Amino acid sequence: MRLLDKHAIFEKNSIILVIGILVTVSIGGLIEIAPLFYLENTIEKVEGMRPYTPLELAGRNIYVREGCYVCHSQMIRATRDEVERYGHYSLAAESMYDHPFQWGSKRNGPDLARVGNKYSDEWHRAHLTKPSSVVPETIMPGYPFLAENKLDFSQISGDIRANQIVGVPYTEEQIINASADLRAQLDEFSDDYDAFIERYPSAQARDFDGNPSEITEMDALIAYLQMLGTLVDFSLYDEQENNR
Amino acid sequence: MAYQNNPPVVNRLAQSLTTACLAVGIILAVIIAGKTSSGAMQFHAFIIIASFLVGIIAIFNLGARINEDGLEASPSGVFYNNTIVKYGVIASAFWGIAGFLVGDVLAWQLAFPVLNFDLPWTNFGRLRPLHTSAVIFAFGGNVLIATSFYVVQRTCKARLAGEIAPWFVFWGYQLFIVLAATGYLLGITQSKEYAEPEWYVDLWLTIVWVVYLLVFLGTLWRRKEPHIYVANWFYLAFIVTVAMLHLVNNASVPVSFVNPKSYSAFSGVQDALTQWWYGHNAVGFFLTAGFLGIMYYFVPKRAERPIYSYRLSIVHFWSLIFLYIWAGPHHLHYTALPDWAQTLGMTFSVMLWMPSWGGMINGLMTLSGAWDKLRTDPVLKMLVVSVAFYGMSTFEGPLMSIKAVNGLSHYTDWTIGHVHSGALGWVAFVSFGALYCLTPWLWNRKGLYSLKLVNIHFWVSTVGILLYICAMWVSGIMQGLMWRAYTDLGFLEYSFVETVAAMQPYFIIRAIGGLLFIIGSLVMVYNLWRTIRGDIADEATPENIDRAIAAQALGE
Repeated sequence: MRLLDKHAIFEKNSIILVIGILVTVSIGGLIEIAPLFYLENTIEKVEGMRPYTPLELAGRNIYVREGCYVCHSQMIRATRDEVERYGHYSLAAESMYDHPFQWGSKRNGPDLARVGNKYSDEWHRAHLTKPSSVVPETIMPGYPFLAENKLDFSQISGDIRANQIVGVPYTEEQIINASADLRAQLDEFSDDYDAFIERYPSAQARDFDGNPSEITEMDALIAYLQMLGTLVDFSLYDEQENNR
Repeated sequence: MAYQNNPPVVNRLAQSLTTACLAVGIILAVIIAGKTSSGAMQFHAFIIIASFLVGIIAIFNLGARINEDGLEASPSGVFYNNTIVKYGVIASAFWGIAGFLVGDVLAWQLAFPVLNFDLPWTNFGRLRPLHTSAVIFAFGGNVLIATSFYVVQRTCKARLAGEIAPWFVFWGYQLFIVLAATGYLLGITQSKEYAEPEWYVDLWLTIVWVVYLLVFLGTLWRRKEPHIYVANWFYLAFIVTVAMLHLVNNASVPVSFVNPKSYSAFSGVQDALTQWWYGHNAVGFFLTAGFLGIMYYFVPKRAERPIYSYRLSIVHFWSLIFLYIWAGPHHLHYTALPDWAQTLGMTFSVMLWMPSWGGMINGLMTLSGAWDKLRTDPVLKMLVVSVAFYGMSTFEGPLMSIKAVNGLSHYTDWTIGHVHSGALGWVAFVSFGALYCLTPWLWNRKGLYSLKLVNIHFWVSTVGILLYICAMWVSGIMQGLMWRAYTDLGFLEYSFVETVAAMQPYFIIRAIGGLLFIIGSLVMVYNLWRTIRGDIADEATPENIDRAIAAQALGE
């Protein structure tokens, strides 16, 4: 009871009460979150991770804009059934260039962390335009407008610059050539293709929406979906070494 | 401190300073509107210009307005600022209905996807943040601002600090809601759940929130009581902590001054934990601490009993705010978050059960010796049931934070059901209770238009909540089990879409539950509106109430 009498300090002085609250609510975050920024084993060492190509980044922004994360996770948990259903469990390294992360919290639809290269571009086009045309029981809305909307990439080098500022290792060359790289990824026979693939090794280049005459939002979104989960080479990944 | 008993006046300096700030804001918005290539951002700039212009006119009309309706001092001689609380009550009811409606549309969309209409601004992905923000920030936020402005004045026996500042908080917050909501529909989002608004809307909210804190503290400084009442500790913890969470989680780099898009300062695993540190404490401080402030004022007031235990309120206040902050990682079990952080989050989440129930016990036991009022006062019944729902969902929460349970519940509807037992049962019911109390108090009516309608609201909405959460328990657990079901030969038994198809009956039940909840809320709005008009239903006349009480006493 004597201890509780001392509580009067907080009850009689609003500034002390505010300071008390601030100290109390800071402790948990400092101990729990701050170490993730300096403990080296937070993110595994893997081969193959690279920043998004300009086209993939534009597609990712459409994924965010349409709220895909509301129904689709990109985080395969380390459980038997998830690994069998979706593939190798997700590594922290696989989202290290994701500003912000897209792990999601609810699966009204399946996980998409490794959806890349699982289906053809044509399947994605049909599915995004009218999902029930390929999955009759689906509850996903259709996105027919994506194929009609021209992709606005006038600011794309600014997008890449902002990513560089928050820590994604883009080079100046990648920023300057962002628009050219975006076009080159849609046409593997273009003059800029060689320089593009040198800047983004292993990137997939082709016309994604089946309409070579226009660069649409559908192009960008499918380019993004087709690379999801394809970067890390799991034949080289040593699970034991990365045990946390 | 004589000034408290003088009629309020608008400070000339504050008037000119606020006008100058709004004028600078208008200039910035004009520049953005001219230079941006984003149609949506341009639209937002025009909204800002229009509302700031209206704001400047309103500031100069404020003096005249105060003379109209602020001049009547309370019996204790204080010129309370009741007008702003009245506005808050109306805004709460309005945004509540709007948020519930969007939620039920989403529920029907999940049952019948054709209702998406396949248009950008009607699809589930853009409407869902509209629903969550509308109920949490628009409905919940307005209830918190209104009740905190009421409670802090009464418990300090002082007028709200500032004349312009409280109005800036109220209308600034409505502007934040409009910018956020229209932004979602136009595709402006940073995709962090419950923190979707982009950088410029976040900056605006920061300014509004700082002024909110100053108004609240300024009123505390004017108090005539030596002690700060317990409800105000909770309101203060809510305001201060939400500011901290908002600033850290929304740290980002915009593409440019005239581009709505920004990129989070954090990435991947760090961003995930920062987000759920924010996300879970949006629950802990916005939807819990703030609403506990409501409980600590309105339950004792309505029951006409003092708080059950002063000591329990001290212990439960500090332990609640200390433990809540650690609970975020339970949103990330079995993910790429390091195991140590997951285990830490689970441990603290389980411990959190205790202070949560401390609060529940303090609220429920306040009715000691006044339990009979539950038979005659449906408003008190609503408040008490809200505390009971609080107890239930703060038991379910720690249960679901246990890794083995979470392995089943995560990503499924069980989470959605859990959230709604808290949001509908606790947050909304305690808010409705507060609105039912405030309306007759503020508009100087003897009582509500009809207690019978309160009872109807209570039962219709309670049945709605039960349909909702039971459907989600079944569908969530069923889907979780189906995902991990194996055949005798060791293959996964169900494809993903089979588990989706199995959900439909429960989606329909849930949507019906939500519909009942909205109908109940509309009954409330009607009741409040008739109360404001000064009407009294037949059954609410004093003679009839006496007759009803006598009949109950006789056991009829």
